[in-house]
Amino acid sequence: MEDPNLDDLTLDDGSTIGVVGGGPSGTFFTFFALEFARRVGLKISIDILEAKDFTKPGPAGCNNCGGIVSESLIQVLSTEGIILPSTVIRRGIESYTLHVENGVSVIETPFKEQRIASVYRGAGPKGDADNDQLSFDNYLLELCKENGANVIHERVTEVERAKDGIIIRTKNSFEKKYDFVVGAVGLNKPTCKLFQSICPSYIPPKTSRTYISEFLLGRDAIDEYFGNSMHVFLLNIPNITFGALIPKGKYVTLVLLGTDIDKEIVSRFIQSKDVRNCFPPDIDLEANMPCNCYPMINIQAAKTAYSDRVVLIGDSSSSKLYKNGIGAAYVTAKAAATSAIFHGISSRTFKSSFQPACSDLDKDNTVGKFIFLVTSIIQKSRILKSGLLQMVVKEQKKPAKQRRMSSILWDTFTGSASYRNIFVRFLNPFVIIYLIWNILTAGLIKLKPGKHED
Amino acid sequence: MKINKLGHPYKDGEEIIKQGTVGDCIYVIQEGRVEVIDESGETEIKLAELGSADFFGEMGLFEKDVRSCTVRALGDVTILTIDKKNFYKTIQKDPTLAYRLLEKMSYRLRETNKRLRTI
Repeated sequence: MEDPNLDDLTLDDGSTIGVVGGGPSGTFFTFFALEFARRVGLKISIDILEAKDFTKPGPAGCNNCGGIVSESLIQVLSTEGIILPSTVIRRGIESYTLHVENGVSVIETPFKEQRIASVYRGAGPKGDADNDQLSFDNYLLELCKENGANVIHERVTEVERAKDGIIIRTKNSFEKKYDFVVGAVGLNKPTCKLFQSICPSYIPPKTSRTYISEFLLGRDAIDEYFGNSMHVFLLNIPNITFGALIPKGKYVTLVLLGTDIDKEIVSRFIQSKDVRNCFPPDIDLEANMPCNCYPMINIQAAKTAYSDRVVLIGDSSSSKLYKNGIGAAYVTAKAAATSAIFHGISSRTFKSSFQPACSDLDKDNTVGKFIFLVTSIIQKSRILKSGLLQMVVKEQKKPAKQRRMSSILWDTFTGSASYRNIFVRFLNPFVIIYLIWNILTAGLIKLKPGKHED
Repeated sequence: MKINKLGHPYKDGEEIIKQGTVGDCIYVIQEGRVEVIDESGETEIKLAELGSADFFGEMGLFEKDVRSCTVRALGDVTILTIDKKNFYKTIQKDPTLAYRLLEKMSYRLRETNKRLRTI
């Protein structure tokens, strides 16, 4: 159903916007829509409808996410004037520790400063009663409130297209007609389905299951065993593409990405020698795991995530494959806000001014899939991993500009650069020749009697 | 340094950028305050004090000249460095990012004009 005069469908003074979902995509949209409106002197009002209370620990306030704010996003947010306070940052990450079966190497940030933030989307793991730190999502929500948004803690149960707007109804009988509605509902299937009723061409994204759990170690043990380093594992364990341990306050978050991850695979990963060695030897990991979950991630973008007066953003539309989901939320949310304030809210306008941002993420993910395919090949071969590790170890002794493979891995693990950028850098002849040389020498060492590692 | 802060830590009185040196990074204050000082005369002149979310060193993005002022920490401060190459790459994709920079530069120009009028 399309409005007549759809090219004239724009926001005017007094227009109302309903944002369904108060996670980062919803709050980034609100922040930028209000900011852009201020710049052009447009008077709009925004309601954010969010059922969760992000001030509560455990599932009640959690948005099931690894909780890493990438280096590139930190820089962009700082430029935008969004500074993450120390009450929200659980740990500033300054290095990555790469683990393969044959050894370990630390990859340091090029600027030798803490440029990646580990955060909790909610108020922390289940039962974290003495928590004096704030939720990342709640911080953004409060920022939007300060800038004039109205937050309604209600669960949306119905959206309906009316003649000149969209009606939103909630579980507790709240009802309001909005000029424009933004769906920032993540990968919540029932809510995505609701939006299909007002956005008929919308096909929700394809998803895959991941795994996240928390381990309670205490601050001293975290300082001693993890420090300000995120540990990344390229182990040859079936179904696991990538595993990471992220220090956060007194907890460590485990994130596993791959296909069909189940309890058995998780247990195999946790019990592997390389992972166990990261923890204090006497700790019972299973007994110190206050919560775990198997959240979905977006692995293939949605189709036509817009219609007249409606747009879907963040995970509900397009995301970045495996990494930097919060960064992708920022990109799609800002594109939608730019489109709505400066161009219009018709389907045709979104196609020309919002969809390109989603398509750009999708194209990049195609390259990303290839990069992770190469990674999985490396993951299965001890010789390839030895060569890669040897190259990284040698590079860490060189000046930052000469650490080509390290910076490629850094950006792959942190999600700080686009997959296209990473791929182009990998094609550098120096990188390829040096990698081949290291693989050959690592292979020769392995073949020498007495040098074989098991 | 504290574990839950971003950027590089500077102690009270430590110089973050030095007038006359070459530099092409922009800096954003994460926490704390800094003072901007003109050292070109015989005595130092304090030009401004900046706080959280303020940035400095922006002239280095646009000019190839040396730093025009010294910036010093006032108490403990953490500063995030934004490198020129990354900044330009991002602005190329999203020009709206430059708005805040222009807004601040415009404000600083207005403040300088006000000061000039009082001399």
